[in-house]
Amino acid sequence: MARTTPAKKALRSLAWLGVIVVALIGLNVYNYFVAVVPAHTVRVATFAPKLGLDLAGGTEIILQPELASNQQVSDAQLNQAVAIIRERIDAAGVAEPAISTQGTGSGETVVVQIPGALDKQTVSRITKAAQLSFRPVLVTDAASSSTVGSSATPTPGATPTPTPSLNAIPTSKPTNASDLAYVTPALQAQYNSFNCKSAAAANANLAPKAKPLVTCDSTGTQKFILGPVELDGTTITNATAAAITSSTGASTGGWGVDITFNSASGTKFENISTRLLPLASPRNEFAIVLDGQVITYPQVQGVTNAPQITGNFTQDSASTLADQLKFGALPISFKILTSNNVSATLGTASLFGGILAGLIGLLLVVLYSLFQYRLLGLVTIASLAGSAVITYLLITYLSWQEDYRLSLAGVAGLIVAIGITADSFIVYFERIRDELRDGRGLESAVEAGWKRALRTIIASDTVNFLAAAILFLLAVGDVKGFALTLGLTTIVDVVIVSLFTHPILQLIARRPFFYEGHRLSGLDPNALGAVYRGRAQFRAPVAVGAKNAGSSREAQRRQTIAERKAAEAEANRNKGKDS
Amino acid sequence: MASFSKFGNDLYTGARSFDIVGKRRIWFSIAGVLVLICILVPVFRGFNFGIEFRGGSQFTVSNVAANPSQSLATKTVEKLVPGQVPTVAIVNGVNTTSVQVTTSQLNTSKTADVQLALANAYNVPQSRVAATFIGATWGQDITQQAIRALIAFIILAVIIMALYFRTWKMSVAAIIALFHDLIIVAGVYAILGFEVTPDAVIGFLTILGYSLYDTVVVFDKIRENTNEDGERSVRTFSESVNLAVNQTLVRSINTSVVALLPVAAILFIGATLLGAGTLRDISLALFVGILSGTYSTIFVAAPLYALMREREPNIQKRTKRTTIARTTSGAVR
Repeated sequence: MARTTPAKKALRSLAWLGVIVVALIGLNVYNYFVAVVPAHTVRVATFAPKLGLDLAGGTEIILQPELASNQQVSDAQLNQAVAIIRERIDAAGVAEPAISTQGTGSGETVVVQIPGALDKQTVSRITKAAQLSFRPVLVTDAASSSTVGSSATPTPGATPTPTPSLNAIPTSKPTNASDLAYVTPALQAQYNSFNCKSAAAANANLAPKAKPLVTCDSTGTQKFILGPVELDGTTITNATAAAITSSTGASTGGWGVDITFNSASGTKFENISTRLLPLASPRNEFAIVLDGQVITYPQVQGVTNAPQITGNFTQDSASTLADQLKFGALPISFKILTSNNVSATLGTASLFGGILAGLIGLLLVVLYSLFQYRLLGLVTIASLAGSAVITYLLITYLSWQEDYRLSLAGVAGLIVAIGITADSFIVYFERIRDELRDGRGLESAVEAGWKRALRTIIASDTVNFLAAAILFLLAVGDVKGFALTLGLTTIVDVVIVSLFTHPILQLIARRPFFYEGHRLSGLDPNALGAVYRGRAQFRAPVAVGAKNAGSSREAQRRQTIAERKAAEAEANRNKGKDS
Repeated sequence: MASFSKFGNDLYTGARSFDIVGKRRIWFSIAGVLVLICILVPVFRGFNFGIEFRGGSQFTVSNVAANPSQSLATKTVEKLVPGQVPTVAIVNGVNTTSVQVTTSQLNTSKTADVQLALANAYNVPQSRVAATFIGATWGQDITQQAIRALIAFIILAVIIMALYFRTWKMSVAAIIALFHDLIIVAGVYAILGFEVTPDAVIGFLTILGYSLYDTVVVFDKIRENTNEDGERSVRTFSESVNLAVNQTLVRSINTSVVALLPVAAILFIGATLLGAGTLRDISLALFVGILSGTYSTIFVAAPLYALMREREPNIQKRTKRTTIARTTSGAVR
C-alpha cells in the first residue's frame, strides 16, 4: 500500500504534465489552422515564435503632426504623444516597439518602429487623436437633405460660409448648453448648407470647445448642430470594450465602450442627464464626438454617471476606441508621412551567437550536473528539456495572443532562466541529501525532502512572480516584455519541478540502483556520510579529525539529528558492517 | 565528487563550519567599501548612457543599390568614430532602398565626415546622405513607469516576505542585500565605462529577481533552523543562523555555478565573437549580479538578520543562558 501510493501519485502527476503539454500543442495547432487572427497580428505560417524588431525587422512609420495654420507644436507635446502612442501599442500586446522623435523644430516628427507588418487597425490605434467630447444635440437632420432651404448649393470641398448679414450673436444669453438660443440665424444657415464631405467637416476636430458646432456623424449620413462641449474625454479614468446586452441580459451581438469618469465629471454627467431627460427630441439626445465627428447620439433614458457608448462598433473597433480613450487623447493629430519596411538591426550573426552561447552554456550545465549529481544529473537535464519544451510552446502561443516578440535580450533572458530553473532541482536534491544524511531511507527522504523543498520553491518563486506581475502591469515598453518572460519561466519552473522532477524521483527512488545507493546514483548515502544505509545497515559515523580535536567537545554539544543518530549507530556497531 | 559530498556533509552536521555570522564585521566592512566605491564612481564619472536613452545622430543613405550590406556601414562608422557601435538597418520603401545608420550624437564636423564616408562607401552622391537628430526610444515615460513599478514591487515584496517569515526583520535584511546587489551592478557599469543600454537595464531587473530569490531560499532554511532549535537549544540564535547558512552553502555554490555557466558563455561569446552589443551588455549585468546576489545573501543578509534579532530581549536571554551553560559544563569536564 505505502509502496504503491507515491508511485501512483507520480504517474498521475506525469499524466497531468502530459495533458498540459498536449493542450499547449493543441492551442498552437488551433491557432495555426483554425483561429481567427486578432486584428493587430498578422498570420505567419510557422510554428516558431515571432522575432522582435532587432532580429526580424518590421515597419517604420513616420508621423507628421497635423496642425491648424496658426498652431505650433512643442517638444513637450511630442514627448507626450510618444508616451501615449507607446501605451496604445502596448495595450495590444508586448511587441516592444521603438518610438522616438526625429528632427528638430517645426520639422519634428514621430518615428514608430513596430515588428511585423502594419494593418489598418494598428494605424488607427496609433494615429487617431481620440479627442473625445460630449455635446448636447440641438438640431439634427439626415445629411441627404443638406441643401434643402438653402439658396446656394455648396460645392463639395468648399467651406460654406454663412451670409454675413445673418445674426451670428445669440439674441439672449444661453442659460445652459441645451439652450436653443445658441442656434443663431447664421448658425442655422451654416447648418442648412453643411456638406458632410466638405473641408469644414474634416476640420471639425479643430473647432473651439466653448462654441456650438455643426458637424456630421462618422458615416456622413446625419448632420447636427451641437451645443458647446460639456465634458471632455480627458476626465475618463477607464474605458473598456463590452458586449451590449439587452434588458434581459442576453448579448445583442453589438459592441460598445463602457466609460468611467473621475468623480467630478461623473457628477457632472449625472446633472446633464437629469437636465436632458425631460426635454423634447432631439434635445434629449447627447452626442459623443470623437475627433470632431459624432460617433453616437443616444437619447437620455435615465440618470447615470457611467455611460456606455454604442455605435457602429465591432469587437475590434470597440477595443481600439477603449484603448484610445483609456490612454488619453493625443495632444495633436498625426498623419502618416512615410511607411517603410525596416530590416533587422542585428544580423543573423547575433542570433547565431546567442544560440551558440546558449548551447555552450547548456552543455556546461549538463556536465556540471553530472559531475555533482552523477546519474541524478540526468533528471536535471530531462527537467530542463521539459521546461524548454513548455516554454517554447507558451512563447509560440503568446506570439499569437499577445503579439509577444522574442528579441535578442529575450533570448538572453531565457538562457539565464536555465539557472533559475535548475536551482529548484538543486534545492530539492540537496534537501533529499540532507534527509539521507539524517538517516532516512531514500523513498521517505524523497517525500520529506519534497515537502520542505516545495515550501522554499513556492516562496522564492512567489517573489519572482510578484516582480514579474507588477512590472507587467505597471511598466511599459521593453520592461513589459521582460516581465512576461520572467513570469512565464517562473510558472514553468513550478510546473516542471512538481509535475516532472518530483514524480520522476518518486519513481526512481524505487529502483534498486538508486535506493541501494549505487556509487553513480548521486544518492550514495555512503558518500553523503549518512549513518543509515538502508536494509537496517549502520556504519560508523565520520570520525572527528585530529585537526578538529580542540573543537570536538564543542561539536559534541552542538549535535544535529544526524550526529545523534551517529552516536546511536556507534552503539550498534557490532551489528553493522564497517566501511 | 566524493570530497565535495563530504564537504557538504561536514557543513550539514556542523563538523566543518565557516564562522560567517560571527565574523560579520569583516563582511560588512567589505560590502560597505564596495558599495561606497560603486556609489562614488558613478557620482564622479557618471554613466555612459546609450543612444536609446540620450538620442543620437541618424544618417539615411537613400536610393542605394538593392541588397546593401549592413556591415559596410558598421565598418565605415567604426573607423571614423572609434568605440562606436552604430545600429544599422535597411529600409525598404515601395521602389527605393536606403540604409539607416544611428550613432550617438556627433558634432557638426564629425557628422559631415560620416556623411562623406557613407556616401563613398555606398557609392552615392553626398547629397543623398541625410543627417538628422533622433530622439530617445527609451523615453522618460518608460523610466518613470519602471521606477514606479520597482517601488511598488519592493513594498509588496517586503510585505509578503514579512508575512511568510513572520518577521519584518528578514524583509529588511533581504531588501538591504538587494540594494547592495543593484548598487554593485550599477557601479561596475560606471567603473568599466560600459554603455548602459535598455538591454543592460533588463539585465539589471533580472538581478532584482535573482537576488531576492536567492535570499528567500537561504532565509527559508534559517527560518527552519531557528524555529526547530527553539528556546531550549544548545545553540545561540546566531549559531543557528550560521549553521543554516553553512547547510545551504553547497546549494548556494551549485546554484550560482549553474546560473553563471550559461551567462559566462554568453559573456564570452558576446565579447569575443560579436564584440560589444546586446549580448555583452546584458550578460555583464547578469554575471556581476549573480555573483553579488549569491555573496550578499550569505555575507550580508544572513549576518544582518542575526544582528537585528540578537538585540531582542528574549534572544539575548537565550544567548546568555547558552553561553553560561557552555562554560559551566566545560568547567565540569
